[in-house]
Amino acid sequence: METAEIIQGAGGAIGASWLMIALPLLGAAILLLGGRRTNGWGHLLGVAMSLGAFVVAVLSFVQMLGLDDSRRRQAVELFDFIPGMVKMGLLIDPLSISFALLITGVGSLIHIYSIGYMSHDPDRRRFFAYLNLFVAAMLLLVLADNYVGLYIGWEGVGLASYLLIGFWQHKPSAATAAKKAFIVNRVGDFGLAIGIFTIWTTFGSVAYGPVFEVAGEADQGVLTAIGLLLLLGACGKSAQLPLQSWLLDAMEGPTPVSALIHAATMVTAGVYLVVRSGAIFEAASTAQFVVTIVGVATLLAGAIIGCAKDDIKKALAGSTMSQIGYMMLAAGLGPVGYAFAIAHLITHGFFKANMFLGAGSVMHAMNDEVDMRKYGGLFSVMKVTAITFGIGYLAIIGFPLLSGYFTKDGIIESAMHVNPVLGWLAVAGAGITGFYMSRVMFMTFFGKRRWAPDAHPHESPAVMTIPLVILSIGSVFLGAYLILGNRLMLFLAPAVGRPADLPGFHPFSAPGLTTLALVAVGAAIAWAKYGRAEVPQVAPRGSFLTTFARRDLYGDALNESLFMRPGQWLTRIAVFFDNRAVDGLVNGLAAGIGGTSGRMRRLQNGFVRSYALSILFGAAMVVGALLYVGTL
Amino acid sequence: MTTHYLVLSVLLFTIGAVGVLIRRNAIVAFMCVELMLNACNLAFVTFARQHGNLDGQIIAFFVMVVAAAEVVVGLAIIVTIFRTRRSASIDDANLLKY
Amino acid sequence: MPWLSILIAVPVLGSVGVALLPKGADKLAKQLTLAVSLIVLGLTIAMAVQFSPGSTDRFQFAETYRWIPSFGVHFGVGVDGIALVLIALSAVLVPIVVLASWHDADAPTAKRSVKAYFSLLLLLEAMMVGVFAATDVFLFYVFFEAMLIPMYFMIGSYGGAQRSYAAVKFLLYSLFGGLLMLVAVIALYVIADKGTFMFPELIGAITDPATQKWLFLGFFIAFAIKAPLWPFHTWLPDAAAQAPAGAAVLLVGVLDKVGTYGMLRFCLELFPDASKFFTPLVLVLSVVGIVYGAIVAIGQTDMKRLIAYTSISHFGFIAMGVFAMTANAASGATLYMVNHGFSTGALFLIAGFLIYRRGSHHIQDYGGVQKVAPVLAGTFLVAGLSGLALPGLSTFVSEFMVLIGTYERYVVPAIIATSGVVLAAIYILWMYQRVANGPTAEKVQGMRDLDSREKWVIVPLLALIVALGFFPKPILDVINPAVDKTLANVSVTEFKPAVPAVAEPKGAGE
Repeated sequence: METAEIIQGAGGAIGASWLMIALPLLGAAILLLGGRRTNGWGHLLGVAMSLGAFVVAVLSFVQMLGLDDSRRRQAVELFDFIPGMVKMGLLIDPLSISFALLITGVGSLIHIYSIGYMSHDPDRRRFFAYLNLFVAAMLLLVLADNYVGLYIGWEGVGLASYLLIGFWQHKPSAATAAKKAFIVNRVGDFGLAIGIFTIWTTFGSVAYGPVFEVAGEADQGVLTAIGLLLLLGACGKSAQLPLQSWLLDAMEGPTPVSALIHAATMVTAGVYLVVRSGAIFEAASTAQFVVTIVGVATLLAGAIIGCAKDDIKKALAGSTMSQIGYMMLAAGLGPVGYAFAIAHLITHGFFKANMFLGAGSVMHAMNDEVDMRKYGGLFSVMKVTAITFGIGYLAIIGFPLLSGYFTKDGIIESAMHVNPVLGWLAVAGAGITGFYMSRVMFMTFFGKRRWAPDAHPHESPAVMTIPLVILSIGSVFLGAYLILGNRLMLFLAPAVGRPADLPGFHPFSAPGLTTLALVAVGAAIAWAKYGRAEVPQVAPRGSFLTTFARRDLYGDALNESLFMRPGQWLTRIAVFFDNRAVDGLVNGLAAGIGGTSGRMRRLQNGFVRSYALSILFGAAMVVGALLYVGTL
Repeated sequence: MTTHYLVLSVLLFTIGAVGVLIRRNAIVAFMCVELMLNACNLAFVTFARQHGNLDGQIIAFFVMVVAAAEVVVGLAIIVTIFRTRRSASIDDANLLKY
Repeated sequence: MPWLSILIAVPVLGSVGVALLPKGADKLAKQLTLAVSLIVLGLTIAMAVQFSPGSTDRFQFAETYRWIPSFGVHFGVGVDGIALVLIALSAVLVPIVVLASWHDADAPTAKRSVKAYFSLLLLLEAMMVGVFAATDVFLFYVFFEAMLIPMYFMIGSYGGAQRSYAAVKFLLYSLFGGLLMLVAVIALYVIADKGTFMFPELIGAITDPATQKWLFLGFFIAFAIKAPLWPFHTWLPDAAAQAPAGAAVLLVGVLDKVGTYGMLRFCLELFPDASKFFTPLVLVLSVVGIVYGAIVAIGQTDMKRLIAYTSISHFGFIAMGVFAMTANAASGATLYMVNHGFSTGALFLIAGFLIYRRGSHHIQDYGGVQKVAPVLAGTFLVAGLSGLALPGLSTFVSEFMVLIGTYERYVVPAIIATSGVVLAAIYILWMYQRVANGPTAEKVQGMRDLDSREKWVIVPLLALIVALGFFPKPILDVINPAVDKTLANVSVTEFKPAVPAVAEPKGAGE
């Protein structure tokens, strides 16, 4: 992998890129410490800080565009974090700036949308504080120039995710989901942490530049271990198998959170980690192969789950899992896949955020009803939402010439080159996507109205629909812009290297046409079952497969029987052991001494003559001893 | 030469010790204690004579002084107990126990 | 200026002064205590400013006076970076504890003397400064044991329902360890045959391996009980749960650090070969303690006991860091001692606030606190997050350094210990969920939020936790040279990376 050298001491907007992190962080601090005093204008401050970060990102991007390819990786030194180990700094390169633009751009739109969505919530200020905190942490994650900085951001977004999933924490289900998300993420973090330890002991550094420079020289086994450990971290954060179970529960959070954190940005951090650590993965082909396996397994699992969910947000969450599976797959393919992974990540950020916000708009209109079986025929009452949602829908199923078409097709094509089995599985996944996304679309916006009696749906206010429109515009054009002429690939090349030969765009290849055909079939089945036919208000029992998918492929059941139950037993045993065995030993010793002395004190019977006898014995023994010693 | 004195001393001491152990009357036990002390005095004086120095005699005087003080305190206690409990048996005065 | 003697004398005089106040002058006693503890804090800061980390002296601000000349016992005090940060920790925590305990002594039964509590508190502060400052092994022993007395009375007279059981258990455990240490101290004096108890002169004095091992065990068991390491830990949950919140903070936050501090200072430097010999044993105990403490913490139903068990897990980290004997791990362990004091201190204090309001330490009696007292719940969450070593908070830096430093030499223990991060998330978040989330419990309704005194208690702690989380360098710069000198006496080799990465290329930027 040939990447450009990192240049120290950046100036201009790039030199001030720390503001991207500092501004939202400041916003979060003001809103949290200010308390109720900031209730009136808190949301505006939150939006302003997010927009400020976006402006800095754009300025840095513009400055970067004006530079040579070889000068596009700039380091910004901040401060000595752990002397002798970690110097905190930022690395502004094409990869990180792409993420920064996505995070601040989509993030700002979601901030704006939230003004409307959360307008009736008494805790709106706190919501914006957490959103700001999230943006700051996410930017630290992608901008840091070392693994420890990434780890701090990594756990920081985990915290923000925890706080936001549990935002309505008076609901026990929300609080439990938040806790679950954090703990499952920590399992991933465990892997990431040990991966970082291994990087440190292998290379004596945790900064990207020096480590990647010599990454290839390390022992193959060590590199594979590092790769797999980083992958474990990525699986936790990106809800990939086997750590996927938290994402569906995370939909307990307010919908803008689902859009920002659990669709567009945070969950893609795992893809970022794999792409960023490309130098390590490319030197460890086993680890790379495992990445693709995880990606394919998750893209299928997510798609299957998405087919059976009646909760609109959970259906979308399944689809998020599945799409991130595509990105993982691409990221595991090496330099040829990186650009497609990032391109799909960016377009997915747009169309999935678009759809989540659309779902939020629908829920807003339907008194927070999430069951799609109680929707239907909403197209006529909420045209803007329906059209923008529809654009996102077309983009995700890969309708020709829309964003998802270009990016997903690129992933499938490059997978075909590396391993046809993976490629065809990805094609199958695309077909399932066509089915379940059409199902969501038809159940929500078309067919008969199955509304609850007190539902009076209406279009959402402009502050909510304008972000939808902007996002849908991105969903239409972004894919073509990024992929055609390998624009993104060439832009990213200084950061992640460029493949030996650039892939061309083949619209009429066999996999491409098969994909389109399968998607069409999927959509047709969905139309037959959920568009034209009557959708029952109560979900039918369904086949074994439906139950399987509805129960999230028994992921929770597995976790429960494998970890939770034994864990609970272990806890009970440990507490019992501690109280009875460890403490029991100590208390037993004390009781033993107490009991012995209790018996011994009986000797003190109050009869002077028995004392006199024992004195006599004692004296006799002393004399005897003296006599004995005298004879020696 | 001094063996007889020592044998006497041992006999006196044994009588005193046995008396303390078997007699219940406080006054008698008390006398027996005095007997033991005096047995010791006899032994001290004997050894002083045998070694030709005054150490033993000096200690004998100390013992006498202590014994006198002890008699004063001891008799006072015995009389007080007798007054309150109408008994001079030491087995009756067994309240100070476990 | 004899800084350290003054730092010991001021709280002692303050303690006497508070004790001599007339009966009924409770408020005055509290104010005087607070003033004295603030003076100590000010003096400590003034001293710390003059401390020069780069100095080649082993101990700075050193003072030595002959105390028992016939045995070579000195009143010898002095600090290096390690001792300095721990003294600073004590000096910071005491005023906070005084403020937090404002009503602890006068609560339900008015029979207990308020001024005695605060007098004991100041006496304890003098002992804490003394124990960290002592450079004479005998003097260290004296402070080590004398510290028990004020703490015994604070638990035994002002604690919860089971206070006398807890206090006696605490005392017996500590005395047992102290006795072993006394034997080892005397043996050290006799065998070294230097005619002095001064620590710097005793370094390297014991060379016979077998002797080193026996003396090491004498010291180590005392410290392992004090710290406490598994399986010597069961006194801590009882003592911490029964002690009033303020005393619990000092007990877990500072007193227990004497154990880990002692391991680092005395075990490692006086008996380097024995330390290396026993390293596997200590690592096993630490790792077991980390995982075991965390698992048992998950199963607790009593808030203060839960926090106490988390501390057992954390002490496992510290001991592991000390005995990994790498610069990163030892620095991390020292920093951990400080951060743990702040973090667990904050947790105990907030738990104390909750218990004071609700009148119960059972977690199940709470629920939905966030709704009625958002600031209280918020501070509880931040303190809890520092307990699970969230990056951005100070505990992360120390835990990370301990783990990475241990990993440099002992891979498997470090990996097992890292699983503690998952368990930590479970015990903290589950406790927080049961206390603060969900529907508001009936008895919690009407719970008032933090008042301004309580904010003054908790805000400085949280501010320190956050500030040191982002910028630990000032403290690490003080600790690192001292740790290097310590490890130099143990003569261990630093690890070498397999494929050393080159320094970052330098160049003029855009």
